Amino acid sequence: MIPMEYYLTVSTLMFFIGVFGFISRKNLLAVLISIELILNSVEINFSIFNRYLYPDHMEGMFFSLFGIAISAAESAVAIAVIINIYRTTQNIDVRQINKMKN
Amino acid sequence: MGTQIAFYTLAAIIVVSSILAVTAKKMMRAATYLLFVLIATAGLYLLLEYEFLFAVQLTVYAGGILVLFIFAILLTSANSDRAEPGDRKKIVSGLVTALAGVVITTLVTVKHKFLYAPPVVTPENEITMEKIGHALMGTGRFQYVFAFEILSILLLTCAIGGILIARKR
Amino acid sequence: MAFTLFILLIPLCVFLLLALSGKRLSAGVTGVIGTLGMAVVAGLSCFSAYRYFFVIGQSGGNFPALVPFSFEWLRFTDTLSIDLGILLDPISVMMLTVISTVSLTVHLYSVGYMRGEQGFQRYCAFLSLFTFSMLGLVMATNIFQMYVFWELVGLSSYLLIGFYYTKPAAVAASKKAFIVTRFADLGFLIGILLLSYCTGTFDFGELTANNGLLVIGSTTGMAFLGLSAASWALALIFIGGAGKSAMFPLHVWLPDAMEGPTPVSALIHAATMVVAGVFLVARMFPVYYFAAHDVLMLIGYVGAFTALFAAVVAVTQTDIKRVLAYSTISQIAYMMTALGVSGFSGPDGLGYTSSMFHLFTHAFFKALLFLGAGAVIRAVHSNEMSRMGGLRKHLPVTHVAFLVACLAIAGIPPLSGFFSKDQILDAAFHHDKVLFVALWLVAGLTAFYMFRLYYNIFWGKERTYEHKPREASWTMLVPLGILVVLTAVTGFFPFSKFISSDDMGYAAGINRGVAASGVAVALIGILAARMLYRKENDRPAQLAARMGGFYRAAVEKFYIDEVWMFVTKKVIINCVARPLAWFDRHVIDGVLVDGTGRLTEKIAGSIKGMQSGQVQYYALVFIAGALAVAVWAIYI
Repeated sequence: MIPMEYYLTVSTLMFFIGVFGFISRKNLLAVLISIELILNSVEINFSIFNRYLYPDHMEGMFFSLFGIAISAAESAVAIAVIINIYRTTQNIDVRQINKMKN
Repeated sequence: MGTQIAFYTLAAIIVVSSILAVTAKKMMRAATYLLFVLIATAGLYLLLEYEFLFAVQLTVYAGGILVLFIFAILLTSANSDRAEPGDRKKIVSGLVTALAGVVITTLVTVKHKFLYAPPVVTPENEITMEKIGHALMGTGRFQYVFAFEILSILLLTCAIGGILIARKR
Repeated sequence: MAFTLFILLIPLCVFLLLALSGKRLSAGVTGVIGTLGMAVVAGLSCFSAYRYFFVIGQSGGNFPALVPFSFEWLRFTDTLSIDLGILLDPISVMMLTVISTVSLTVHLYSVGYMRGEQGFQRYCAFLSLFTFSMLGLVMATNIFQMYVFWELVGLSSYLLIGFYYTKPAAVAASKKAFIVTRFADLGFLIGILLLSYCTGTFDFGELTANNGLLVIGSTTGMAFLGLSAASWALALIFIGGAGKSAMFPLHVWLPDAMEGPTPVSALIHAATMVVAGVFLVARMFPVYYFAAHDVLMLIGYVGAFTALFAAVVAVTQTDIKRVLAYSTISQIAYMMTALGVSGFSGPDGLGYTSSMFHLFTHAFFKALLFLGAGAVIRAVHSNEMSRMGGLRKHLPVTHVAFLVACLAIAGIPPLSGFFSKDQILDAAFHHDKVLFVALWLVAGLTAFYMFRLYYNIFWGKERTYEHKPREASWTMLVPLGILVVLTAVTGFFPFSKFISSDDMGYAAGINRGVAASGVAVALIGILAARMLYRKENDRPAQLAARMGGFYRAAVEKFYIDEVWMFVTKKVIINCVARPLAWFDRHVIDGVLVDGTGRLTEKIAGSIKGMQSGQVQYYALVFIAGALAVAVWAIYI
């Protein structure tokens, strides 16, 4: 049997790697990829807690399920926005998208 | 023993691929590493004996979202394929924050004594498709038809919104 | 008796109708609506007086206080609530007839007097508003409702004094009236709050029940500066009454208020509103008598002093409306004095009865005087006595009416003023000889200045006028006729049978000795005036010169206005208003208001750099913050 903490460590690492990517990358798509990592790690956590702490229930699993669906919706919209930005500015660098500022 | 080997392998793939996904210079490669991470995550679900979640993870994430990513990368790759080196200050601050987060969270995880029995899947708590179907379509306690419908509307809205935003004017 | 509600509602509806329609109605239609409405109100009032005194009153032997209509408006505590309702008792029913009758005559008179004036519709609307407020005041069931209507009559008085708002003097007068009475009302309000705090009720019935037992019981043991709480509360309430009723030294607004149209002066500043203070004291009379007899004595002395003071000033004034204004102050003070010298129950309460009696008769003959003066002013286009003379030939009807009113106010039998004044003198004679002498002197002075006025206007020097003075139109003469009749006959009412301090009724006779002395002093006054003013001569000027400084001081109204100006302009503005203004500008505005703004601006300026618009920076701060909170929650 694999202890629960092992799973949690993996998801923690994944989460903070995602955080690091979100903060440090410049490309919008790379930022989006980081967000996907973060979401994915959270979904893993829901499943882990469900399986280990409440094996007779299904809530954690359903939360993961809905999380996956929502991340799908979110990335669809985000990619649409990114494409639109690219079309107007020929660029998807986070730091150079400041036309709306001021 | 088999599950141990499988877990360590999957964990290694997840950690290494994650790091590569957020550090790769070429976006195409980053997307490929993300694919590895998502497939390995699906493997973790399988280890936890969530077969349905495994299937969803593969079809929606690996099959749907990633294809979207690849399309987007191909559409926008004209000059951002090779991104310039990142801002040093940002990298350092991100690194520090991430490391601090890992340390704190791991400390919490280790120090906290979780009380659980080794999970055993019995015929009673086995998650069958029938149970999932009832839970998704029922209106009672621990049943999710409302969330399901809301999610349907969200997906529809996002589909329409995505089309509206991305279409040519 | 529930129909009495309409007495209140009709003037209110007329006011709303006229105020909302404004110039869309012609002046003629406006006058007809206003007068008809008031005629209905007067009819209802007289009918209710008949019902009250001759049907309800005859059945029981005394006059009960009826509340035909009442509802709860605001509830503060279990016992303390403000109600709105209608109270019918002898004095309120008496006041109803006075107000509605005088208001009716004034409405009718105004149609002629205000012909061709700009804004007649506005004028009529305000007049209706005033009538509504005044009727509400006298029918109030509790002291707080009275206060509400008290302020409403103050407002309508303000609006009507300032009717000629293009005239700076009128604007200043309206402001003065409002501010002075408002200042006095502050005392009234504090008195109400003090009284209701002690007794837990606003209701007149509860306050005056059992000879003011509630007030006495609830204020025992509470004292401040040697006076009991009841005395303080009632003295403060009297200050409110003194402001409205122009008692010394708060009388300064009333002479200036004559800047308003003359019918307004007749209605508001002679017959009705200015007696509100007397009415207030009468309404609370049992409380004053039993709970704060010291305040009642104060009222008597203030009244007598004011009566004498105003009579002396009236002798020297040359503006006829100002003479009448000071005469009004003097007569109201007469009523106040009568209340001050009154006893309680049966014939002892003669002062109370006579005060109300004088209020009743004075309303008619003073309104008659003002309306007559209005006819004179209308004919010669001036307020100044020096521009008049010999008018008896040009204005015969007005002359007769004015003469009747002058005889009435001088107290010549058998006109109404004689009976009421005689009763007041009688009451004072049995109570306090000093006050009696003061009032007796005032009676002589009253006769003198009224006939000085009369002879100066209608006799004196025959002069030639640019426009030949013409007698007024019938709309002005009919009201004069009505008032002449009322002035002549109201004295024969057996008033004490109906209105008495304990609502039981008794028979009051005429004290022959007192009556004879009163008539004698009045005749002396009349004869003196006849000698000095009937034919033009230089005797008045010689007399004035011999009086010297005293005369000049009286002409200048004993410099009371100047004292007030000194107190307000020099003392209050420099010692109170300026420091407060400084405090407001530099501490409230400078430190608190502007300081808050400046502080916000400073902080915003120093932290706005953080709002870079960089999402990644926000995420960094957010995560770092979340981690910090986690560490704090777990380890500290």
